[in-house]
Amino acid sequence: MNASASSPAGRLTLEQDMTIYHAEALKAELMGNVEQNQVIELDLSRVAEIDTSGIQLLMLAKRECQKQEKTLRIVAHSPRVHELMDFFNIAGFFGDPLVIPARDSA
Amino acid sequence: MEEILSVFIQEAREQLTEMENGLLRMEQNDHDPETLNAIFRAAHTIKGGSGVVELGMIEKFTHVVENALDKLRNNEISVSSALVSTLLNCCDHLNALLDIASNDQREADPDTQAKGDALANELRGFLGGAVAPSTAKPLAETAAEVETEGGGKTMNDCWHISVRFGRDVLRNGMDPESILRYLLSLGEIVHITTLADALPGAADMDPESCYLGFEINFRSHADKAAIDKVFDFVRDGCDLHILPPFSKVSDYLDLIAHLPEETMRLGEILVKSGALTQEELDAGLACQQAGAAAAAKAEDGPPPPQLGEILVDRHVVQPEIVEAAVAKQKQVTEKKAEEARLIRVHADKLDHLIDLVGELVIAGASANLLAQKSGQTVLVEATSVLSRLVESIRDSALQLRMVQIGETFNRFNRVVRDTAKELGKEIDLVITGAETELDKSVVEKIGDPLMHLVRNAMDHGLEPTAVRIAKGKPPAGRVELNAFHDSGSIVIEVVDDGAGLPKEKIRAKAIEKGLISETQTLSDQEIANLIFEAGFSTAEKVTNLSGRGVGMDVVRRNIQALRGTVEVHSEENIGSRFIIRLPLTLAIIDGFLVGVEKSSFVIPLEMVVECMELQESSVDRNYLNLRGEVLPFVRLRELFEVASEKPGRENVVVVKAGGRKAGIVVDVLQGEFQTVIKPLGGLFRHLRGISGSTILGSGDVALILDVQALANLAAGAEEHALAATGTRN
Repeated sequence: MNASASSPAGRLTLEQDMTIYHAEALKAELMGNVEQNQVIELDLSRVAEIDTSGIQLLMLAKRECQKQEKTLRIVAHSPRVHELMDFFNIAGFFGDPLVIPARDSA
Repeated sequence: MEEILSVFIQEAREQLTEMENGLLRMEQNDHDPETLNAIFRAAHTIKGGSGVVELGMIEKFTHVVENALDKLRNNEISVSSALVSTLLNCCDHLNALLDIASNDQREADPDTQAKGDALANELRGFLGGAVAPSTAKPLAETAAEVETEGGGKTMNDCWHISVRFGRDVLRNGMDPESILRYLLSLGEIVHITTLADALPGAADMDPESCYLGFEINFRSHADKAAIDKVFDFVRDGCDLHILPPFSKVSDYLDLIAHLPEETMRLGEILVKSGALTQEELDAGLACQQAGAAAAAKAEDGPPPPQLGEILVDRHVVQPEIVEAAVAKQKQVTEKKAEEARLIRVHADKLDHLIDLVGELVIAGASANLLAQKSGQTVLVEATSVLSRLVESIRDSALQLRMVQIGETFNRFNRVVRDTAKELGKEIDLVITGAETELDKSVVEKIGDPLMHLVRNAMDHGLEPTAVRIAKGKPPAGRVELNAFHDSGSIVIEVVDDGAGLPKEKIRAKAIEKGLISETQTLSDQEIANLIFEAGFSTAEKVTNLSGRGVGMDVVRRNIQALRGTVEVHSEENIGSRFIIRLPLTLAIIDGFLVGVEKSSFVIPLEMVVECMELQESSVDRNYLNLRGEVLPFVRLRELFEVASEKPGRENVVVVKAGGRKAGIVVDVLQGEFQTVIKPLGGLFRHLRGISGSTILGSGDVALILDVQALANLAAGAEEHALAATGTRN
């Protein structure tokens, strides 16, 4: 995985497509992070592609954090992530501020 | 052009008219939710239709309009004059797009496109900026408007789709996202809630399984089968519920019961997506629980009552909601039924039918004549039955072409509104007699002259607001359009309460133009009507001088081409009244046949009041004493210079035209006659007193008298004679 959990607050930058093809690996990655950190910051700004399975995993992670009284924040969305979250109307579920990207940032 | 396209264009234009009328009503403080609904429906129909015929440009534009209307309907933005103006402009733009489409073009030219974009942006401005200050509507009012209440929202027109995808859907290479996106091709997702409740704990969760479910509020014209079909590929293990628009609250509660998630949570979601109101839900659930508890106590007792029943019993579901929904549905079906009773027929076919009926009438008359001559009573009887039937056929055939003038009148709402804004005047348009029927071809051709008169009335007739106030008139000017039947013709009036015609100026101008001589004595009436004279209105100066008269001769010519007349009554500072008189139909009339020597003439029967013998005593004058009333008359023999001796007895046919009576002196009265009007050739266009010709059963030609002209002639001759003697004395 190209994901790196380098930053102190458990910042996780995902760079791979969050699709069904990587779902298995992604789940391990996310859950591992949830386990290790109290606060997880997810940077999704480099996620070029995401599908329903990816969304589902994000929701799972969020819920696990809530259960364990940990904090999961998505600090950056790629346009595609943003768009799909909008479509599914789940921004409220995550409760993170969505930065509306400038049009050319993609 | 494809047939479906032309049908679409025609229907779209009708819908646009409806929209426009609705918008105008709305602007005039019509807060009837039904008006708004009608506007919305019209826009929606256009959008749907344009999608079917694949006119993307129209579909896209209408979508924006529809969005705005939807917000209006949900009270998210409030009605303002500016918004209505923009929406009206949108109607115009749609009309322009339809024009383009009717030229078989699929794309708008850049100019039109830019205009459309500008309008769309303007509309979006209204949507974003104005989150209506809720117009401070009192609560009671909202409660009364059942249709816009929370529960009603989905009852109005939204489908509710509840879907829990099967576990394997992702593994099978299907993505729920694409399924839902495909749904968008059928309509619009108003609200969507994604449910992850089925997600198991992290340890048990298989990342390649799908655990998600969606509650979707979906606005669409598609039917249930079409929506259902969207989910065809993912049907395996999929839990799908589709509730149609107008579903009852109890259906939603049933749905809640069927879904795997917790009841309260589902309820919340439904409330959030606007399907149910909180109170309806709470009460429904409370009752359900109470019912269940009761059932648990008395296990052998009767089954708990149905939810819906409880709701209605407890008056939780306002019966009006259901009623409103039912009424609306009924309305829709009724409308459909009415549409089904109507058929569109090409106007040419009707014209052909009328022509044939005309020939039939002539042939019938001929048969009648022959039967009379033969003296066989049986034959006479048979032909008289026949002619009665022919008469009925004629009437119904003509009835087919009759349309109400209201549609033409309603166009003026928009014209008056726009012109008033342009001129900065306040103008009310009052329409009466919109249901008056007249021949379709007349209706078509009267539009332009009417437009001219109405524009003139607004522009030149009505004074600016300040002047009106100074004169002690109400600040808002008033333009009336009236239509009614009057002795065989239809009368259309354009009335304004403006300044009236300046008679002295008109007179001066007419003398200058050489239309009248300086010594000529004219009644006020005649002076006012000078504005219709050709040549009076050619110079621009006229506008400065009289303020009226631009193109009035054209108006008169157009109306005369319809065998009609136009005159004006005007009083300074009180207003003007333009009176247009038109024949009901252009094709066939009931005539009264009269004869002078060997010639036959037809007088339209509707204008005949009575007939009597001409008394010897009045032979030297051109008027007679009709029960104490002065009745001017004309002698056809003299008028048409029929060279022969007077018979021993002459008859007077008393006719009434344009509010004045006159007598027409003829030799013999030959009785009623169905007259098929054959137009006179261009050669006879300037002939006064004759309006057409017809063919008699015998094959002879009879001239149809222009009674209006004759009556004027008779009255005028007397007036002039009197005036002449008056000045001599």
